[in-house]
Amino acid sequence: MTETTQPQSRRIQRSADSQLRRNWAKLRRNKTALVGGILILIYLITALLAPVLFPSNPSAPNLSRSLERPSIADPLGTDELGRSILGRVIYGSRVSLLIAIGVVFVGLLVGVPLGLVSGYYGGKVDFGIQRVTDTLLAFPGFLLALALVAVLGVGLKNTIISVGISMVPIYIRLVRGCALSVREQTYVEAAKAVGTRDRIILLRHILPNVMIPITIQTSLGMGTGILSAAALGFLGLGVQPPTPEWGAMLGSGRAYLFHAPHVATFPGIAIFLAVLGFNLAGDGLRDVLDPRFRL
Amino acid sequence: MLQYVVKRLLSTIPVLFGISLLLFFMLRMLPGDPAQVLAGQMASQEDIKLIRHQLGLDRPIIVQYGLFLSRLTRFDLGRSARTQNPVIREVWARLPNTVLLAVVAITLACVFGIPAGIFAAVRPYTWIDYLFTSMALFGISMPVFWLGLMLVVIFSVVLHWLPAGGTGSWKHVVLPSFTLAAFVVAFITRMTRASMIEALSQDYTTTARSKGLKEQVVIVKHALKNALIPIITVVGLQFGLLLGGAVLTETVFAWPGIGRLIVDSILARDYPVIQGAILIFGLLYILVNLFVDMIYALIDPRIRYD
Amino acid sequence: MKEESLLSVTHLRTRFHIYEGTVTAVDGIDFDVYRGETLGVVGESGCGKSVTALSILRLLASPPAEIQGTVLFGGVNLLDLNLDEIRRIRGNAISMIFQEPMTSLNPVLTIGEQVSEAIRLHQGAERQEAWSKAVEMLQMVQIPSPQMRAHEYPHQLSGGMRQRAMIAMALSCHPRLLLADEPTTALDVTIQAQIVDLMERLKEEFETSIVLITHNLGLIAEMAKRVLVMYMGKVVEEASVEDLFREPLHPYTQGLLGSIPWIGQKQKTGRRQLQEIPGVVPSLLEMPDGCRFHPRCSRVRDICVKEGPPLVRSGDGRRVLCWLWA
Repeated sequence: MTETTQPQSRRIQRSADSQLRRNWAKLRRNKTALVGGILILIYLITALLAPVLFPSNPSAPNLSRSLERPSIADPLGTDELGRSILGRVIYGSRVSLLIAIGVVFVGLLVGVPLGLVSGYYGGKVDFGIQRVTDTLLAFPGFLLALALVAVLGVGLKNTIISVGISMVPIYIRLVRGCALSVREQTYVEAAKAVGTRDRIILLRHILPNVMIPITIQTSLGMGTGILSAAALGFLGLGVQPPTPEWGAMLGSGRAYLFHAPHVATFPGIAIFLAVLGFNLAGDGLRDVLDPRFRL
Repeated sequence: MLQYVVKRLLSTIPVLFGISLLLFFMLRMLPGDPAQVLAGQMASQEDIKLIRHQLGLDRPIIVQYGLFLSRLTRFDLGRSARTQNPVIREVWARLPNTVLLAVVAITLACVFGIPAGIFAAVRPYTWIDYLFTSMALFGISMPVFWLGLMLVVIFSVVLHWLPAGGTGSWKHVVLPSFTLAAFVVAFITRMTRASMIEALSQDYTTTARSKGLKEQVVIVKHALKNALIPIITVVGLQFGLLLGGAVLTETVFAWPGIGRLIVDSILARDYPVIQGAILIFGLLYILVNLFVDMIYALIDPRIRYD
Repeated sequence: MKEESLLSVTHLRTRFHIYEGTVTAVDGIDFDVYRGETLGVVGESGCGKSVTALSILRLLASPPAEIQGTVLFGGVNLLDLNLDEIRRIRGNAISMIFQEPMTSLNPVLTIGEQVSEAIRLHQGAERQEAWSKAVEMLQMVQIPSPQMRAHEYPHQLSGGMRQRAMIAMALSCHPRLLLADEPTTALDVTIQAQIVDLMERLKEEFETSIVLITHNLGLIAEMAKRVLVMYMGKVVEEASVEDLFREPLHPYTQGLLGSIPWIGQKQKTGRRQLQEIPGVVPSLLEMPDGCRFHPRCSRVRDICVKEGPPLVRSGDGRRVLCWLWA
């Protein structure tokens, strides 16, 4: 058999390429992922083309048109300051997209290296990191974000940091678990026996295997991030006015629930659809990539 | 089994330690001067200095932590900056309300969620499966607070069937607990479905069928018993999360629970209450997890006899 | 005179309809099992031997599986029965044991419970009665301290004991036919020998026929009376065990036997390397034309590539699916 004589790295590269192509084909077939992907695409387009879709300033007050019901002029109605809810929902997509990306970025940036180190090296380093993770996980995620906001203060930047940090323990656990099991594989032992440096092992062998659960978690995490940030906004502890953020819009719309329910309804639908998109995509990814759940 | 219990109990101590440490230092990093807040606008410099001394804020930080810990063991969590009541009393007064909501919500969620998950797993890819799975997916994508508001719009504003907030009668419990339950039901349904599918695809299920057992027996006695293990773990976890998710629901429905206490305290910069309430929350969560671990050991003989 | 068969399989075809196409795992095979005999079924992984056993008891999820043909047992075609009727046969008249005793036993139920289940179901026994019968069975499979062990869980037993427990479970209702799917593959060699002895003894005692599915030719030589050789869903050779080992007819069988290492091989044959069958078993989705074995056959002819060979019988119960003997 000629296969065995090929250099190891090239063989891995080839099989990785065809694997990627196969997975992509499977992903396209998966209905769940497809619907999720479409929702996410709509979301992205709305966020990127916001100025095109709604040319005027969404935060400019216009008190003469306060709390108007949905009409031709304002398809989603206006809020208490007379601003078009449609416009604010559209621009709000930018804010929440920024938050979603930021949050996941923080989670990955801190969580993945810590998880890799913790899982791969074990010993005292692992013990230390794990005790800290345990402590952080002793709080329900949102509560942790809330506590951090109490310390850091409100606003967009602090929201991203707080919610991001509350995601870190999840990534650490995930990556650590994966690193632990990959570490036991024979090919890692072989690499070590040949004298490969730890850094290379981590990058070449462990990290690629961790990518799959990370990808799934990231998709789900973006949805969770939007929810948590919106929750903070709702409580008045997140993004501050006049920046249009869906959760904050819900929060302020709460006061007018009885005679102008539309103010609170539409931002909520927006949040729902965005999170749904990420959840569907994450589920679809899991169906395709994680063989344990394939039926 | 006893060994296991003791081991788990011991492992919670460092975590409790960690939480107290975390909270202590986090709140010390807060901007603003608690002594000033406590003293109020009209206070003079001497008054503020006196209060600072009373609070022990002029001692070295290690000493402060030591004092903090010693007070903890006496259940002294300080006094609320707003009401001057002992924090422990503020928390204790509201704890039962939150627990009530959480218990009702979890019960509802299990009663609806577990059977739904089983049905979906037993008939995968049929309309029943798609129905339950979609509902579950919607449930976890919906913001809790929005759902609460929507329910208020429908049941209070439009239909006038149920009150929009506050406490008093069983009617006041319905909307908040359903709101809380929605997310949990979704989660439990998904978890049950996945767990059951996994169990039904195991070799021991084929063995059970090969003995000629009725499908019902195979599902309940063989598969479900195994599937319950991760499900129980998740239910316990969710209960803990409910204690936290209650924050949003309590705010929407003006429910006097710990969640609302935390939010109000954050907005009012009432540090002792924030610290105390979060600490209690953490403790509760750990205890619940511990309890779940015990049940887990009871169900899974592999853990019991090892 | 030809004895009446216990199980008579005719034109059994099992297909799986999956997204990538239709996979024919078992393609129109025929065989009989007679009273009191052990029929060996040997072949590589993926040849369809396990699927055959699962098809007989209808343990395959039906979609995506589709089973056609006739499986006569006690004058009834098992494939025509509804699910309730087939359940009365499972664990009762026909039992099955599986390869991996660790995963094939339910981890959260006691051994005693799992063994007595079938007894309670098929023999209508009360819980206590069934339990004592279960303990008796555990004793019969030579599990020490059976009363104590019956209260234990699978993870508390060793691999060999678990397999014995599975055998006890399968034989608890004295079935007439036992389908054994790789019963010793997951066990240590020394334990294997014990299990083989046990199965022989119990077969005598209960007068049970065994269909022994394995890829282990040594096991076949020890236990089987007749042998079926399967390749890619077809029976390529059938013979008594002596005939098969002495004079294999089909090139595939010759290849299998030739690849068994034996002491003195180098001196006798001058060859240092083990003989292997070149190539790999093709995917069932890409079946070769003509004779399925032709791409790997050392004696392939022109006709083998074009047309599938006929089944040739020779008088003494031998069959071969090969153009060399047509």
